[in-house]
Amino acid sequence: MTAAAPRMRRPVPGATRPYHFPRFELRRLSNGVQLVVAPIAKLPLVTIIALIDAGAVCDAQAREGVAQLTAKLLLEGTEASDGAELTERFERLGASVESHADWDVAAVSVTALSQNVREALALLAEVLRSPAFREREVERLKAERNAELLQLQAEPRGLADELFSRFLYAPASRYARPDGGDAESVAAITRDDIERFYRARYQPAAVTIVVAGDLRADRAESLLAETLGDWQGARVQAVTTNDAPARRTRAIHVVAKPDAPQSELRVGHVGIPRTHPDYFAVVVMNAVLGGLFSSRINLNLREAHGYTYGAFSSFDWRRQAGPFAVSTAVRSDVTDASAREILVEIDRMRSERIMQDELSLATSYLDGVFPIRYETTAAIAAALANKVIYGLPDDFFDRYRDRVRAVSAEDVLSAAKTHLQSEALQLVVVGDPAVVRPPLEALQLGPVAVYDALGRPLST
Amino acid sequence: MQFTSMRIPIETFQLDNGLFVSLSEDHTAPIVAVNLWYHVGSANERVGRTGFAHLFEHMLFQGSADVAANEHFELIQRAGGTLNGSTWLDRTNYFETVPSHQLELVLWLEANRMGFLLPAMTQQKLDTQRDVVKNERRWSMDNQPYGTWWEKLPALCFPANHPFHHSLIGSMDDLSAASLEDVAQFFRTFYTPDNAVLSIAGDFEPKEARALVEKHFGSIARGAGKPPLAEMSMPPVFGQWKREVVPDDVMLPRVFMAFLSAPFGTEEYYAASVCAAVLGSRKGSRLYRALVRDRQIAAEAQAFTYDLSKGSDLLVLDVTARPGIAVELLEHEIALEVDRLVAEGVTADEMERAKKLIQTDFVASMQSAGDRADRLSLFATYFGNPSLMNDQVERYQAVTVERVNAFARQRLREDNRASLVYVPKEGAEGELLGVGAAEEKQ
Repeated sequence: MTAAAPRMRRPVPGATRPYHFPRFELRRLSNGVQLVVAPIAKLPLVTIIALIDAGAVCDAQAREGVAQLTAKLLLEGTEASDGAELTERFERLGASVESHADWDVAAVSVTALSQNVREALALLAEVLRSPAFREREVERLKAERNAELLQLQAEPRGLADELFSRFLYAPASRYARPDGGDAESVAAITRDDIERFYRARYQPAAVTIVVAGDLRADRAESLLAETLGDWQGARVQAVTTNDAPARRTRAIHVVAKPDAPQSELRVGHVGIPRTHPDYFAVVVMNAVLGGLFSSRINLNLREAHGYTYGAFSSFDWRRQAGPFAVSTAVRSDVTDASAREILVEIDRMRSERIMQDELSLATSYLDGVFPIRYETTAAIAAALANKVIYGLPDDFFDRYRDRVRAVSAEDVLSAAKTHLQSEALQLVVVGDPAVVRPPLEALQLGPVAVYDALGRPLST
Repeated sequence: MQFTSMRIPIETFQLDNGLFVSLSEDHTAPIVAVNLWYHVGSANERVGRTGFAHLFEHMLFQGSADVAANEHFELIQRAGGTLNGSTWLDRTNYFETVPSHQLELVLWLEANRMGFLLPAMTQQKLDTQRDVVKNERRWSMDNQPYGTWWEKLPALCFPANHPFHHSLIGSMDDLSAASLEDVAQFFRTFYTPDNAVLSIAGDFEPKEARALVEKHFGSIARGAGKPPLAEMSMPPVFGQWKREVVPDDVMLPRVFMAFLSAPFGTEEYYAASVCAAVLGSRKGSRLYRALVRDRQIAAEAQAFTYDLSKGSDLLVLDVTARPGIAVELLEHEIALEVDRLVAEGVTADEMERAKKLIQTDFVASMQSAGDRADRLSLFATYFGNPSLMNDQVERYQAVTVERVNAFARQRLREDNRASLVYVPKEGAEGELLGVGAAEEKQ
């Protein structure tokens, strides 16, 4: 011992200080464009997200990837400016801009200093209303998607996620294929497909503009009325996809990566939609199972066994049922032991009530961390975007902490019994089949099949 | 609180034992961030113990005299906080953001491990964390395409005896060799209050915070000093074009091109940083426009600086090929863009774009208490003056076209380049279902 200093006692926390989620206002332009504005004056900064009801679930069969290409192409040129010039117009403002489509929506996000917000909003309106979809840019982004898909074959984490979805969902589900499309579907996409998709989905009534930052609601509304107010269009139909599972019994899918020093492991099944009434119980249950550093799965695999750098579980929230997955990367020779431990933890969640201490850790974390999640305009805008996408009630953020604290150990047990399906678990292992296959077969969890990096069965 | 003209309030004091403390008040949310930098990183490791600074960082979460293994994590998360630690070439940091009424818990935890770590160290904990770190190495490097660039690029750029040369994550053999005695020695040498800075940002009363810091850290003994680092200084240029080709389990070639650059914080550094933004920040940058958008030979292109404050910094270009593009062509075209910048210089428009992007990023980064506390620690550790963070926007604004061009003429020439080139190893060529992988646009 070097220090002879006195050791201090554990401190007792002071009194909690009040917090409320930023106030926001909901408005609507006469053409149906919706507005959600949270004025925050702390810094001269504004984040704007344009949400369009044009997510990947809207892709037509055999044209998967159109939604994502369309969203990305918005920033690759308008009628007035080609892609390079458009980029320059944003960046000369110091504005960072990004567009993409996830499963449920397409989104264009801009963060800019408030002194430039008028120009930034005008540019945003231009990309929403008059994208050019030039042939050259369409072909370039298709080629970039192909490069991405090629890279994926050698990238074990992304590959495990992608093939996990493939093995999880029924072939007819949009969720069974990559949100950006696969090589076959992307190759088939033409400029006309993009144009048609844009005309069908990018309509004012399907657009919500979320604003968080140094901009008042009246000013936001008048700026948007200037640029989007005369945009006229048709109604847009809601789209759903089939979210049924591919199988109801366990199966193990080994994706061959010979000589891999580690196995990427995914264990899970089709979960539940974001709007499910059990949402809060499931969030708390997942925090105990694998959502926190101090969760059962991480403490077991990492701290008790040293099998991994980290292991966690998550429910991927979508309008329809996204995947529930336990994700980790483990040393190749303990792949079977890791799979067994994960199954033990899932079964234990379903069979025993959690301890009071575990419950309070999860609920006090989720309650206490709430203000920390919303320090930035980008985080606040993203939260408000979720409110729009899932139709959450206006008081959702104000009631969140109470609802988390109201979850009981009984609720958690019941959520685990209902929403963790031990018998339906699919295991995906990206690893060395020579090392992992025999011990996985010996576990007798279910049939073991081996695939290549494109998901095609390998006969061995 | 309003951040007037991007300046945040900063006050500092130093305890008798040498602990340097920065405080920055902001009551907009009931949140407080605590950030502790120890001035030790992989550069301080001895021969045969690569990776030890980082392994040691893991051990700091294994408890201390009054804290059980992993209890640090549990207590902070139970308090509703977030936390982590990270190790870099020249520093190691530990940070928490918590609801503001939990400030004292964080200070107690950090002080307990600064003052009383060793009683909690056991062989079993070391063995487990060694396994965890070996898995971290596999995960981030060995089983990740291009992952080894993290250790190969510094090794290519700095000579063998230079403190930045060797691997930060460490070799498997050196990790295996680390002992409890190494843990004790490293702790006594480097984890002392006079080798640390503490920063607190957010919702607190400065008087109370100061009293709490004195209460918890005040009686921890000062250290006996740390051994000096080996020679850090580097010539301004490599004196040659270095090149290493790495066959890897990858689908597409990728070129890292590094240049010796001015240390972080110098006037030339800001010119280098603007130059890097002109070359490779976002889609309006030269590399993106030329290689991704116009010629379509690259799938991605970016540039960045390491921000090293001693010896030499590195400016790095990072470009991944499109399928079907030979790596020689890609490297040649990158070099042509660099040559063009050296010969013709940057335009005022490009400078304006780069500076505006940097400014927006800076303002955005000031939103989070954790980021503010981290920057305070950075400027306190490297320069003994956290107020320097308030000068950053001005220092970028002061960069002129002439300075960027002078930087380019000296530092971006052929005699100051190091190419680390990843190529698909034999038999790793991919096949893309539905289209030929070698589809190429001219």
